[in-house]
Amino acid sequence: MSTNTSASAKPRGKAPAGERVADWADGRLGIYSLGKANLRKIFPDHWSFMLGEIALYSFIIIILTGVYLTLFFHPAMNEVVYDGSYAPLQGIKMSEAYASTLHISFDVRGGLLVRQIHHWAAIVFVAAMLVHMMRVFFTGAFRKPREINWVFGFLLLFLGMFDGFMGYSLPDDLLSGTGIRFMEGAVLSVPIVGTYLSFFLFGGEFPGAEVVPRFFTIHVLLIPGIMAGLLVAHLILIVYHKHTQWAGPGKSEKNVVGMPFFPVYTAKAGGFFFVVFGVIAAMSALVSVNPVWAYGPYRPDQVSTDAQPDWYMGFSEGLIRIMPGWEINFAGHTLVLGVFIPLVIFPLVLGFMGVYPFLESWVTGDKREHHLLDRPRNRPVRTGIGAAWISLYLILLVGGGNDLFATRFHLSINAITWVVRISFFVLPVLVFFITKRICLGLQRRDRDKVLHGRETGIIKRLPHGEFIEIHEPLEQGALFKLTQHEQPKPLEVGPEVDENGVEKKVGPTAKLRAKLSRGYYGEGTQIDKPTVEEYEEITSGHGHH
Amino acid sequence: MKKLSARRRHPLAALVVLLVALTAIGGLYAALAPAPKAQADDSSQSLAIEEGKKLYTVGCSSCHGTSGQGGSDGPSLVGVGSAAVDFQVGTGRMPAQQPGAQVPRKKVIYTQKQIDQLAAYIASLGPGPVTPTEEQYDPAGANAARGGELFRTNCAQCHNYQGKGGALTNGKYAPTLEGVSNKHLYEAMLTGPQNMPSFPDATMPEENKREIIAYLDAVNGEGAPSPGGMSLGSLGPVTEGLFGWIFGLGALIACAIWLAAHTTKAKKS
Repeated sequence: MSTNTSASAKPRGKAPAGERVADWADGRLGIYSLGKANLRKIFPDHWSFMLGEIALYSFIIIILTGVYLTLFFHPAMNEVVYDGSYAPLQGIKMSEAYASTLHISFDVRGGLLVRQIHHWAAIVFVAAMLVHMMRVFFTGAFRKPREINWVFGFLLLFLGMFDGFMGYSLPDDLLSGTGIRFMEGAVLSVPIVGTYLSFFLFGGEFPGAEVVPRFFTIHVLLIPGIMAGLLVAHLILIVYHKHTQWAGPGKSEKNVVGMPFFPVYTAKAGGFFFVVFGVIAAMSALVSVNPVWAYGPYRPDQVSTDAQPDWYMGFSEGLIRIMPGWEINFAGHTLVLGVFIPLVIFPLVLGFMGVYPFLESWVTGDKREHHLLDRPRNRPVRTGIGAAWISLYLILLVGGGNDLFATRFHLSINAITWVVRISFFVLPVLVFFITKRICLGLQRRDRDKVLHGRETGIIKRLPHGEFIEIHEPLEQGALFKLTQHEQPKPLEVGPEVDENGVEKKVGPTAKLRAKLSRGYYGEGTQIDKPTVEEYEEITSGHGHH
Repeated sequence: MKKLSARRRHPLAALVVLLVALTAIGGLYAALAPAPKAQADDSSQSLAIEEGKKLYTVGCSSCHGTSGQGGSDGPSLVGVGSAAVDFQVGTGRMPAQQPGAQVPRKKVIYTQKQIDQLAAYIASLGPGPVTPTEEQYDPAGANAARGGELFRTNCAQCHNYQGKGGALTNGKYAPTLEGVSNKHLYEAMLTGPQNMPSFPDATMPEENKREIIAYLDAVNGEGAPSPGGMSLGSLGPVTEGLFGWIFGLGALIACAIWLAAHTTKAKKS
């Protein structure tokens, strides 16, 4: 009890230990002004804003578990005879890389769990990045001033995919070796330089003894280093731009309505990290991933069915599987179009997403800053393009797993391949138009809700016998949300002759741009939102619903 | 010697010599004579063939012809051997339910005795692979690791790295090897049923077949361990990706929605 009294009667002049430590740090790092500027940073609250966090946290988990794995993994391709604890492989010749992966899995304490956390986190990481990117795409959060940050995010996705590929190639098991062989084939298909590139990459003939050590360095050092840099830049830009928000009462292009970073989001984000870690750890404890012991060591003369890449490379597998095996001979050189064309389409599919913000702002001529998010339905063409891209991506995933669709659904693999081939061209177009129509339908519904109110489900009988449903007018905030968006006009080329009768020169690019712009915002791309006059006219007409 | 020589004129001496000679010759014959391949004269065997022919006429002859010569609906059975019959009928594939890309495994409708009778009849049509005895397919003591190597070299490209099966062209498929008895595994390798190539003893010795069976028992048999947890069907990265998306990312997005819905609010709206 005496301690209480002595605490309150502390001698003045000497600051508490925490404050002294903070003062010490501030004198050297300037943390006070840094904290003052950033700790009270406001972030808006919405579940879709947390998708990027899932990616961030799984990246951290990957780094942590990856460090543990490097302590035991030997990136070497010298041949050893296995004598570890997995009986079905004892006495088999294999590379040291594979043997050390088996050692991690069966003889290192916690090794298999950490390996599985590393792999599951990688699968979730890339998936979360893709979903996060789709969120940013469909809400238009990539518009000025955030185009550069979109590109950073896109590069993170692209590098994440390749780092994942390098990672699961390291154990030198039969599946990963088949994947590297696939990559070698793709490199070889490049005209003129393909063979040289392959020799450069593998340090000679495939597989050689160089590929695992080289991939190891790229996987643990080069790509993660670049990714960490991009990630920091990505986060700094989020703070610099401030977060986007959904439109609503009191929310404008000039403010951010939400909670401060400290203490609300430090707690929430910190807690969410542990949620992500917990979910991934639970998955890894319960469910097997990449069972390298089952695949066996890589030997170029062996192959197993179900040899697919991890899901994020699946669409490249699909491109290869649906492509006819075309081959032409030109001046004594063989050009393997069956592999080379997919190799060209692969970066185009991804790259389209990478450059989309620039494409859209060029087409629409929109160079203004945007901090309020678009509702996907209010931008039917963009939403349609996004949905079409997703459909293309998904149908290629189906193509990549065509054998499993064949065996699980008792279908012919040839039929599936043909369906995917046709869908590759037809499906995105169909999905685009269907999505656009759905968006327009939803816009009509919004318009009806604003003008006629919400359907209450209450039926009222009028004195003369007519039945009507009572519509309840929306409250002001809801009306604002449904009508605040702007409905841009397409770019016009302008009159062909100016006021003096001189013909204006309009280049083909400008004409194309105007045409695309009409496609974006011209006729049939949006339902006119209700005007104030329309609203007043309808709401003042008493007795009519 | 003297005793023996003294009795050589005994009245029964000739009989004794005859008996000794007959025993020796009989014993030598029993030990050295080749076992008869076709035991057509054996009464129980000929009975089995007769019964088998009856079963064949009812269940098989509509496609394979009245005497196994084959037809437009089924191949000739002359020379397929008893092993092929034991496999096809013993796994329920035959009699086929309907024509199609491939005849699937289904409920076995004959007893093992009836299958043996059918096999005896088909074997009597012409020489072919014989139903293996138990010690031929018994995996005890066989090197499973070597079997794994053989399996990855010869089988995995169709049957998957753990024998879970895979797709072939135009609706054909390599079936899963899960729950297939060791005898049937051996017979399948020996006879090459349907779309499978055959691996006769000349290309894959009996010992190798036993090693492959030992490997399958170790990784795909009853109670075979899955060290990493649930195996997701051992079908490679496709099912892993599906699981990661639905249960991994799905659960995390559900958590995100829950977290965003439970936030500190200045005023409850």
